[in-house]
Amino acid sequence: MADTITQPRLGLVGWLRWMWRQLTSMRTALFLLLLLAIGALPGSIWPQRSIDSARTADYIANHPKAGPWLDRFGFFEVYASPWFAAIYLLLFVSLVGCVLPRSKVHWTAMRSRPPRAPARPERLPSSGRAELEATSEEVLDAAREVLRGKRFRTDSHDETSVSAEKGYLKETGNLVFHLSLIFVIIGVAVGHLWGWKGDVIIPVGKTFSNTLLQYDTFAPGPWVDPQKLSPFSLKVDKLDATFEENVTGRGQFGQPRDFTAHVTTEAVPGAPPKQSTIKVNHPLEMTDAGVFLLGNGYAPVVTVRDKDGNKTYSGPVPFLAQDNNYTSVGAIKVPGAGPKQLGFSGLFLPTAIIDKDKGPTSIFPDAKKPALALTLFEGTLFPGGRPQSVYVLDTAEMTQVKTDKDQPLRIWLEPGKTFELPGDRGSITFDSVDRFAGLSIRHDPGKFITLAAALLALAGLISSLVVRRRRVFVRVSPAPEAGRTVVTVGGLAKGDDDGLQEVVEDILATVQRRLGSA
Amino acid sequence: MTNETLAGYANVSLYSAMAVFTIAMLCYAVYLAGLLPARDRAGDREPELAVDRELVSAGAPSETAGTPVSGTPRPGRPDESDVPSRARAAAGIGATTTWLGGMLLVVSIALRGLSVDRWPLGNMFEFAVMGSMFTSIAFSVWATKRDLRWLGLFITGPILLVLGMAVRVWYTEAAELLPSLQSYWLVIHVTVAVLASAIFTLGAAASAVYLVKDAFARSGRSSFLDRFPDAPSLERTAYGLHIVAFPLWTFTLIAGAIWARQAWASYWNWDPKEVWTFVIWVVYAAYLHSRATSGISRQTATYIALAGYACIIVNFAVVNVFFVGQHSYSGL
Ligand code: HEM
Repeated sequence: MADTITQPRLGLVGWLRWMWRQLTSMRTALFLLLLLAIGALPGSIWPQRSIDSARTADYIANHPKAGPWLDRFGFFEVYASPWFAAIYLLLFVSLVGCVLPRSKVHWTAMRSRPPRAPARPERLPSSGRAELEATSEEVLDAAREVLRGKRFRTDSHDETSVSAEKGYLKETGNLVFHLSLIFVIIGVAVGHLWGWKGDVIIPVGKTFSNTLLQYDTFAPGPWVDPQKLSPFSLKVDKLDATFEENVTGRGQFGQPRDFTAHVTTEAVPGAPPKQSTIKVNHPLEMTDAGVFLLGNGYAPVVTVRDKDGNKTYSGPVPFLAQDNNYTSVGAIKVPGAGPKQLGFSGLFLPTAIIDKDKGPTSIFPDAKKPALALTLFEGTLFPGGRPQSVYVLDTAEMTQVKTDKDQPLRIWLEPGKTFELPGDRGSITFDSVDRFAGLSIRHDPGKFITLAAALLALAGLISSLVVRRRRVFVRVSPAPEAGRTVVTVGGLAKGDDDGLQEVVEDILATVQRRLGSA
Repeated sequence: MTNETLAGYANVSLYSAMAVFTIAMLCYAVYLAGLLPARDRAGDREPELAVDRELVSAGAPSETAGTPVSGTPRPGRPDESDVPSRARAAAGIGATTTWLGGMLLVVSIALRGLSVDRWPLGNMFEFAVMGSMFTSIAFSVWATKRDLRWLGLFITGPILLVLGMAVRVWYTEAAELLPSLQSYWLVIHVTVAVLASAIFTLGAAASAVYLVKDAFARSGRSSFLDRFPDAPSLERTAYGLHIVAFPLWTFTLIAGAIWARQAWASYWNWDPKEVWTFVIWVVYAAYLHSRATSGISRQTATYIALAGYACIIVNFAVVNVFFVGQHSYSGL
């Protein structure tokens, strides 16, 4: 009875132990490494939702058959997919299961003596022999000194031999490398759980304070409290943008050359204001957050008046650049207009022309000859109070304003000009052109863990690849001639070691020289 | 501002380098051809014999004490007594012209950098030229320590191919950089990446020669490969190159992440170029791993290394051109 119960239980434990051995074997690690490489590839081939959700949606729409299936298997979110996680988690379980026992073995090895010298060191992979004019004690003493001089750890297990070993740093480096990889992952996980990232567009002259409400988009990690962000504020004073104006080479005309945002910051409300600059590649570090200049564009300043000349809207409106010449789209929403709400939609062109085929377009990124090309809608701007993009009109409950000839009304405005809207709707004035800064603000509490671990891994890797683990054994025996001694040196290395023979010969020669018998 | 005269001289220097590498390649081909006639006589020689003879002289210190040293073979120079002197001379010219070609590339790169007043690593053309420069110089330096004449043709040939692609397909006029590329991390990250790729190139060439030699050695057919170092020593040479390149690539990965955090706010974005850099790293890690795994043959391990090199080629020639990502601005 007892047998029938214990048998399967033992079997289960044995089976688990077998699985664990398999998982922590070098072969499995190799297999998982190759699998990790293959698993990472689809993310570079198919668009990824976390990087470019619009392109991903396009792709699925254009591939109605394959798209949904690929989506189901996570090909558009490879790095967050369960199968990718399974690969790297198994790899890291294997890593821990492999490295911890090895650390223990290595710890003992480092504290133990080099092993006993073989009776015949000349049988080792590398060896050398010489006959010297000295007693065996003198030879062994000399050998010990030479070996210590070459940073070997030495010991003797009997009267006629010296055992020596060096290169413990090889295994240490290897273990440090593998253990550091675990900390790289821990750093990534910390950044994922407690980190956040937000994007915001700030026209020149406006102030941004670091609260959830002010962000255009905000992506917090699962354990972030978005109500407790670091309370700094930031005002964009000026934005410099320079573009290539000389034709210096193919495709270089109009290329961006420099973007700089001049900002005034306050670390906490009421703190002394501080002026700084943010450039591409030169972020501004605030408490608990880095501020990055990732985009820029134009925010034409417009004023909308009703038929009596009262301002219903006034201020900069960011337009989003669509191409390298900053042909930009945007919308001006005037909820305060009466009797119906007004919405303008269209293009901002920094250097405007009207192309025969393409219509209004920009031919240079700088604001050399700016213009606004707009059409007008009236009706309800925010149907149902649904959230909507600030750059696009939701025209579901709006109608387009037409001319007498039943053509859509076209508004062309240059700075300083006013356009009278037909039918007592008032007017719109294009006052001036401002720029805006597109800022990305990011908090990543894990980045220093990752960086430190990565550098440590690199150091470990280098020492594990450069250092050689070598054992050298020296054995003496009396020569036939009295007062002379035959000394045999043998060397043993871990793995291939092209330099071992040279080391053995060098030790032998140095011992000879030291005893003056060369 | 770009200085077109300097850029013009840079191109002259580049074309001269290509001419010189052509000579080097032909010389190395003559050298390999010179190994052919020796085949019949060499066919029945023991390859180890040659190495042993070398060892006797290497054991000089103990010889003075009048005692012989016995030992295991070290990879040394293969026996050359029956290599025709014509072939040896050709290999000598090959080595010299490879040095010269490398120096001309250094000049070309320096002039190009001066002409645009920045570090000359901003587009695929410049990557390719600097990669060829590092490959040829690393090869020449390595060849001062070991006999690498057998590898010469397989290095100068690909260099010419890459330089040809650079001037025909990837050529970009000298110009300044986009703001996103104006960073000293560009200098650090990309230079080390190109250096690592150059050494991986040497490793891949040695690996490929090893696999062919090994296949021939096992089939028992004789060929000029018989005059190359023996297969295990070829394999160790390839490994030695890979373990230099791998830490450099690891550093590339780390420096790239630091730069990404400066430029794009996040140190890792799974951008296609980052994905491939990571994949290359993992594949080469797998190679080093497989070499230490019992039950995995050296041949299998070498195939993994070559797979890693295939990824490097894809990363450069395909990902740069066809994949949409934040690296796409590197210009073509
Ligand atoms: C994230 C996964 C891993 C990576 C990237 C990785 C990478 C490497 C690299 C590059 C080497 C060669 C450099 C050196 O000798 O230090 C190496 C060696 C080694 N790895 Fe890993 N490894 C990983 C996981 C593992 C796992 C799971 C095991 C255990 C099953 C393992 C066991 C070993 C051992 C024993 C060596 C030493 C080989 C020798 O004796 O030279 N590794 N690994």
